[in-house]
Amino acid sequence: MAFAGRRDVPEPPDFGILKRLARDQLIYLLEQLPGKKDLFIEADLMSPLDRIANVSILKQHEVDKLYKVESRPAISASDQFCFLVRPRIKTMRYIADIVNADKMSGRSRKYKIIFSPQKEGDHRWINSIARALQLLNSLYGPFGKAYGIGRCAKMSYELWRDLEEESEADGQGRKPEIGNVFFMDRVALIADTDYVTALCSQVVYEGLVDDTFRIKCGSVDFGPDVTSSDKSIKVLLNAQDKVFSQIRNEHFSSVFGFLSQKSRNLQAQYDRRRGMDIKQMKNFVSQELKGLKQEHRLLSLHIGACESIMKKKTKQDFQEMIKAEHSLLEGFDIRESTSFIEEHIDRQVSPIESLRLMCLLSITENGLIPKDYRSLKTQYLQSYGPEHLLTFHNLKRIGLLTEQSAGETLTAVESKVSKLVTDRAAGKITDAFNSLARKSNFRAISKKLGLIPRVDGEYDLKMPRDMAYVFSGAYVPLSCKIIEQVLERRGWLGLEEVVRLLNGNEFSVSDSAVEDNPAWESQRVILAVFLGGCTFSEIAALRFLGKERGCKFIFLTTAITNSARMMEAMIEAKA
Amino acid sequence: MSRARADEEEYWHSSKFRAFTFDDEDDELSQLKESKRAVNSLRDFVDDDDDDDLERVSWSGEPVGSISWSIKETASSSTSSLEGRDSSLRKGSSSYAAFPRQVSSYSLSSLFKGRNKLPSFQSLSDALSDTGVKNYTPELRRPKAEYKDYSSDWSPKDTVRRMQRGKVCSLERFRSLQDKLVLLDEAVAGHDGNVITAVLIFLKRTLRREILFRELEVRQVALCHLIHFLKEMGEQKLLLDLLRFLDRTEEVALSQYREHLNIQDVEKRREFLKGCIGLPFSSEDTSHIQDHYTLLERQIIIEANDRHLETAGQSEIFRKYPRKASILNMPLVTTLFYSCFYHYTEAEGTFSSPTNLKKTFKIPDKQYVLTALAARAKLRAWDDVDALFTTKNWLGYTKKKAPIGFHRVVEILQRNNAPMQVLQEYVRLVEDVETRLNLATKYKCHDVVIETYRDLKDRIQLTAYKCKVERGSAEEDKINSILNNMQIRWKN
Repeated sequence: MAFAGRRDVPEPPDFGILKRLARDQLIYLLEQLPGKKDLFIEADLMSPLDRIANVSILKQHEVDKLYKVESRPAISASDQFCFLVRPRIKTMRYIADIVNADKMSGRSRKYKIIFSPQKEGDHRWINSIARALQLLNSLYGPFGKAYGIGRCAKMSYELWRDLEEESEADGQGRKPEIGNVFFMDRVALIADTDYVTALCSQVVYEGLVDDTFRIKCGSVDFGPDVTSSDKSIKVLLNAQDKVFSQIRNEHFSSVFGFLSQKSRNLQAQYDRRRGMDIKQMKNFVSQELKGLKQEHRLLSLHIGACESIMKKKTKQDFQEMIKAEHSLLEGFDIRESTSFIEEHIDRQVSPIESLRLMCLLSITENGLIPKDYRSLKTQYLQSYGPEHLLTFHNLKRIGLLTEQSAGETLTAVESKVSKLVTDRAAGKITDAFNSLARKSNFRAISKKLGLIPRVDGEYDLKMPRDMAYVFSGAYVPLSCKIIEQVLERRGWLGLEEVVRLLNGNEFSVSDSAVEDNPAWESQRVILAVFLGGCTFSEIAALRFLGKERGCKFIFLTTAITNSARMMEAMIEAKA
Repeated sequence: MSRARADEEEYWHSSKFRAFTFDDEDDELSQLKESKRAVNSLRDFVDDDDDDDLERVSWSGEPVGSISWSIKETASSSTSSLEGRDSSLRKGSSSYAAFPRQVSSYSLSSLFKGRNKLPSFQSLSDALSDTGVKNYTPELRRPKAEYKDYSSDWSPKDTVRRMQRGKVCSLERFRSLQDKLVLLDEAVAGHDGNVITAVLIFLKRTLRREILFRELEVRQVALCHLIHFLKEMGEQKLLLDLLRFLDRTEEVALSQYREHLNIQDVEKRREFLKGCIGLPFSSEDTSHIQDHYTLLERQIIIEANDRHLETAGQSEIFRKYPRKASILNMPLVTTLFYSCFYHYTEAEGTFSSPTNLKKTFKIPDKQYVLTALAARAKLRAWDDVDALFTTKNWLGYTKKKAPIGFHRVVEILQRNNAPMQVLQEYVRLVEDVETRLNLATKYKCHDVVIETYRDLKDRIQLTAYKCKVERGSAEEDKINSILNNMQIRWKN
């Protein structure tokens, strides 16, 4: 392999600046409405806001009261209202209602509306990504090389270049801190294969925590079952959590061993205090105790989380589910998996999980056989409600859950026959085959790229040999494999077949203005841009790759996603 | 054992995926439990004062008065201001005693406070220059000069570009159809969804409907944005017109059907669904819509009857198990469960009887049995459970049969705390030997374990199992008598 010797992973640039910038921007905006004011915040902006500011900062800038958008405000005497919202039509109506009501009652107030960009399944976030890149570029110097694949990836890249050309090119001439950018366009890969990654059950710790408790903006609410008390605790999950940072990327099976080692060590540390004299004790209390307490707290939280995950997964037949998933990935014993899914639906286990498994079946098999499609759909509607008819249409439209059409089940005989009939009919049949070739991608790509590793004997999850460990050795996430391959080849050369299967739009551009100096650490800092979201499993896989190859991955994504979020976006909710 | 299953077992035994299981009995769980014990044993020593520290989310070491938290407080007591809440916090909980007066590293607050005129960008970056951080605050207040641009003659391309940068732009000057379409095409080429939507709003206002529709038909990206926008705006009528124009009849039907979700009143909803049956769905979906209507119709009848029964207090089942929720708008399977729970013995002629539901909605056997089993097991009606699986052949012999695996039956029974005899009977019926052994061991069905080892002629395992049963018990005797049986040819 190209990167034979392990090198030390380079330090990432200082991203603390980004947080400070965001906070300053907020303060700047608040101060544009000088004096006392009430602040209305949209619910899903609260967690992001928590990451950059806090109540006392708001207070310093004369925010008097805080309201959640959507809960009709109580009588407020304030002369100034500031709204911090997503640019959504519904929210605008809400604001307009408030303003109109004031108008009607002859009240005069000052209003200020701050929009925070919206991420949506259409083109709306391409602009946000381009702007984010422009910001990174000016802060951390120019990127030496940019790679990408997919239509939206290309659009984002082009828009970003446009922005760069317009601006005075702040970053030029600076020593680059980030050497490579990689644009991964989930949307382009969606219809084909890359949904597979997001559809599989996650088994690395951070992914499991996300699947089980939902990580929101890097923090998670651990309920009473985790904290073994009567209250919930909000915990920030990042590198500062010394326990979490060591287990986040590990396969769940390695986590127990780690935690038990850690708790034994902790116990030993505490035990040392026996037999201490007063002076030693004093030292212990003043110097070590705080750290130990902190560690104890974190340990008991993560042990609690593990327990809760285990409880939930055991209840859900997780073992059987994983088995079914792996069979689907390998294309092995499909009937068995189909009836597992059927039973899952019949028992009303979980509407989201049932749907997820059906989608996985559809994508790996290029659609369900019409008979199965009909029967599973009927049973799903019967188990979870008839309005899910709409859900099925949504899934069909974006290609996540489809029915094999008659054209795709043509046999060899039929195609021979087609040669005998008129040209026009033959043309139709050829079209059918073409559409088959276009759609039938998962198996082809996974074979081409070796996404399903052939391993003799047991896959050692404690000493993973490749990125497949994030799915217990069953599957390497497509996005990660592509990144690995392209970085290794420094381009798309030799990947033509894969590119064709992924519908193209690949690019690889070097910035001639940036000196290509392999000695620079920045060459080994890679910005992975995920358009349409990425999962914690992919992040763990790339971090693993980074460790193997001595490079550092930085992630820029429009969202952290997982199967449940993806399915929920498709489900038509009950009003 | 079927071939497929044999293959499968071989696969799972030889494959790499056995490395980790989520099974209860796993070593790893006991490891976890041990860790927990170890950590808990330290709790007395650790838990003294600062348990509340956990409430705080900290980033870069600073304690944070969380905004989400604070908003919840506003909701409950909207009159208190932040000032008041903060001080109450300080009194209330020790953890906030250390709530620092946040001084940001480069105190912007002092810069801005009380000023009415905003500092120019220049002075702002000057103020920040000593920190080495440039200013990236967005262009917030537009310089006066920019308003002059308002009437300027921007080309379509420049207009789009300006809009992308968030600058003011007039679209009114694009008067001819030709100009408007060029503008739209430029917006699409710019990849910015917000700009595309803005242009579309302008076109929607200024173009005749048919022309707008016609032009969008050949501009798919713009079309998608308009459809998305109309959905979000709730402009149902225009949306339906557009879909009809595009000949997307199925989408028209779905879009109309979707409206039922907004109808709260069940009678009105039922009427609305009735109207949906004639919409141009595929034949498959038409029957789903028909079923939806029939289901709600039945639920309305059942609900009215049962509410009456319950209030009258004459029916034992309703007295013993009062209903927790109304059955209206529930899925079919939930309705079936309800009917198996409250109306199990009713004759097929009544709407609320399980058999009637099964027939009307053609519920597959598997789904029916699973649901009926869950309902009867919940009521601990073991005779009903027995009857559910008992079949008679033509000679009059009875046999136990199930459209689902018996391991599933066992699982459901166990979850409902079935007595040992009942559980044991079904564990015995589990076909796959290994699953049967696992279940029998897990649920302590000693007889089944013993008999299975006997049938497997596994003397070693049987001997080993002796320590799992009580000393001097009937099970121990049974093991001993089997081990002493000279007739059995042990495999080990």
